Amino acid sequence: MNLDFSEEQKQLKEQVGRFLAENCPPAAVRAVLEGEQHHDAKLYKGIADLGLLGAAIPEEYGGVGLGQLELCVIAEELGRVIAPVPVASTVYLGAECLLHAGTEDQKSTWLPKIAAGEAIGCWAINEGSGRMRPEKVTASFENGKLNGTKSPVADGAIADFAIVLAKEGSGVSLCLVDLSGDGVERENLESIDPTRSQTKLTFNGASATRIGDAGDGWHIATQVMDKAAILIGFEQLGGADRALEMGRDYALERMAFGRQIGSFQAIKHMLSDMYVSATLARSNCYYGAWALASSAAELPLAAATARVSATTAFQHCAKNNIQVHGGMGFTWAFDCHLYYRRSNALALMIGSLSTWESLLIERMSTGNVEAAA
Amino acid sequence: MDFKDTPEEAKFRKEVRSWIDANAPKHLEAELKRASFGSSGLTSEDPIEAGKAWQKKKAEAGWACLHWPKEYGGGARTAMERVIWSQEEGPYAVLSSPFTIGHGMCGPTVMEWASEEQKEELLPPLASGEEIWCQLFSEPASGSDLAGLRTRAVKADDGSGDWIINGQKIWTSGAQNSDWGLLITRTDPDVPKHKGLTMFFLSMKTPGVKVVPIKQANGASGFNEVYFDDVRIPDAQRLGAVGEGWRVSLTTLMNERLSIGSGMSTGFPELFKFCMDAEVDGEPATADSGVRSKLAQFAVKQSGLKYTGMRAISALSKGETPGPENSIGKLVAGATMQELSMFALDLQGEAGVLWNEDSPQNGRFQAMLMRSPATRIEGGSDEILRNIIGERVLGLPGDIRVDKDVPFKDIPASGKGRS
Ligand SMILES: Cc1cc2nc3c(=O)[nH]c(=O)nc-3n(C[C@H](O)[C@H](O)[C@H](O)COP(=O)(O)OP(=O)(O)OC[C@H]3O[C@@H](n4cnc5c(N)ncnc54)[C@H](O)[C@@H]3O)c2cc1C
Repeated sequence: MNLDFSEEQKQLKEQVGRFLAENCPPAAVRAVLEGEQHHDAKLYKGIADLGLLGAAIPEEYGGVGLGQLELCVIAEELGRVIAPVPVASTVYLGAECLLHAGTEDQKSTWLPKIAAGEAIGCWAINEGSGRMRPEKVTASFENGKLNGTKSPVADGAIADFAIVLAKEGSGVSLCLVDLSGDGVERENLESIDPTRSQTKLTFNGASATRIGDAGDGWHIATQVMDKAAILIGFEQLGGADRALEMGRDYALERMAFGRQIGSFQAIKHMLSDMYVSATLARSNCYYGAWALASSAAELPLAAATARVSATTAFQHCAKNNIQVHGGMGFTWAFDCHLYYRRSNALALMIGSLSTWESLLIERMSTGNVEAAA
Repeated sequence: MDFKDTPEEAKFRKEVRSWIDANAPKHLEAELKRASFGSSGLTSEDPIEAGKAWQKKKAEAGWACLHWPKEYGGGARTAMERVIWSQEEGPYAVLSSPFTIGHGMCGPTVMEWASEEQKEELLPPLASGEEIWCQLFSEPASGSDLAGLRTRAVKADDGSGDWIINGQKIWTSGAQNSDWGLLITRTDPDVPKHKGLTMFFLSMKTPGVKVVPIKQANGASGFNEVYFDDVRIPDAQRLGAVGEGWRVSLTTLMNERLSIGSGMSTGFPELFKFCMDAEVDGEPATADSGVRSKLAQFAVKQSGLKYTGMRAISALSKGETPGPENSIGKLVAGATMQELSMFALDLQGEAGVLWNEDSPQNGRFQAMLMRSPATRIEGGSDEILRNIIGERVLGLPGDIRVDKDVPFKDIPASGKGRS
């Protein structure tokens, strides 16, 4: 048994970390937060040039052909610097969905572009407020044409293609739309985390091709979101660790009543609780990474475990990081709110915390409890 | 990233499994499975005798104290082999709980500080379960603040070199069954508190030692008061130099954290099974969204601890040493057990108040409710563990110590037990 990454994977992590420290300082995140752009295009290109987007894409489709574990370590580093780039939408969801269920044509059209950073994807599942269920879908797909509205769609503003969940006959299907075609309208939406923008996509007879079998859309989407949950879990883990570090550093620097605030137990204990939740999340994410890389039967269980734990940890660390910083933590000038925004936005992406909590228990009920216990 | 055994590990597992299969006291299995932390669950046999019998059997076949060298009665096994053993030992591990303190804490301290002769005399019977040890550290006025202890050891004035001990220990787990104790005393009250301590070991049958059981909040009596009334022991039973007792105690405390924290269960599997059967508003409890949310949070704590343990073992097997980060095991498990048992009782409705054989799972959650407060205190309270994580893992400043450079005798104390 060895619940750890290999030396090569750790080296990759370090390398990616160094690149991002240089190319994605908080100022780059703020430029997207405060500016007109919806992502940092230069950073995204740099990430593509390093081969990171294609890490888990096979070489025949223009990828590097490493694996899911490599993608996990990359995700953690992206999460650490809360990189304002559409990797989750494009790679964890888009590329993984195509690899999982796409036709040869869909794969060879889009995967090489994804790997090269030339095509951005988005995952258009939601339709308004409330937990997503297949019965709620009103968008429809018929005779190669797509109609309806999807909202919110992360990274929809900058995406070249969308993967859309739509009614087809009596079931729901997933389909692929080239967003540069006719019959596509985009409307940008305000959100709590503008560093990963949200959009409303409206389709008026847009041309689309189906991914997988008719009526199999929810099933495929669930499988793809399970895998993405682990990768997003690693992003959350990176963010949680960084928020903890920021809080720790400030607690060492800030003086009150003639002492470092980190010497007050209320602060020290808050930070140690942040460490505890980040550590539990790390361990659960490693379990997820193992399941992802080995396509274990436990994958759905491991995905929900990693997701619930990582969401809880990132929200816990990001909110208490502000608390440790006091008034400074609530200023625009300090970076605490960047992590607070991202922690809350990621908590809702691909299904809210309570959705995943519910899934976890459902999966335990049908599976083997001992596996998780 | 791999959960599979290597071929050598698989071979070892097979060997362990078949030995346990052939030798374990299977008739006790059902009872042992009901154990909750701090109680063996055994009622049909005396837990101490059953424990000694199982330990002896293990020792004779080379399965006792897998982490100790062979010459002291141990198994000299690797970290990974120890883990495999404990996975396979399953519920029978509970039988060895009378030896936890001896094997996990006292043994390693003796191994590091005693003379070769003493080790050869003391350790093998400890490993084989013939003798039980206890840890005589805490006192009425010194628990978390262990270095504030007052039990005095003074050189006898007859020139024999012997020490005369007077004072009182408290919360001593298993003292009533113990043959030996590891005892920390104050030998110099005129220097700051950490500097005037000295460590000894002694037979619990030494004249002047009196053990008085304490009735605990949960009704059981696992720990005791121990009084020392002019107890005389030879200087040869000193561990480490005079005044070096604090340093010696750190060996014990470090090992304590390792042996208590690792692999602790939170009770989640039992709670989950209970929820599968229980109903809420006419539906299975696990269909209720509020129940699911709570259960999921307990679940990720349980699995987080499990995989944190596996990461520690992975590191250990690569030759890294476990550090203070292991403090999270007991910190998370203790608090989770307490919340989890309250939640289980809540689902039982007003009948949750009842604690009898008819209670779900034989009153297991009631027992857990009543035992878990102790888990949050023993072996370092939640607050002390948070300090350790904050200071030793995160590098935050130490608490302000007003008693740091003050001679012990001048430190203000809470009235009780001042000698
Ligand atoms: C079931 C059980 C078994 C035990 N077995 C043994 C045994 O075998 N041998 C043995 O020697 N001892 C044993 N103990 C004693 C145990 O080690 C002490 O109870 C423990 O260290 C706490 O000390 P205390 O009870 O004196 O509490 P105190 O130290 O008085 O603590 C009271 C409260 O103050 C808090 N506190 C104290 N200091 C600080 C601080 N610096 N910062 C923040 N908060 C603080 C504590 O967290 C706690 O909440 C056992 C205890 C229990 C409950």
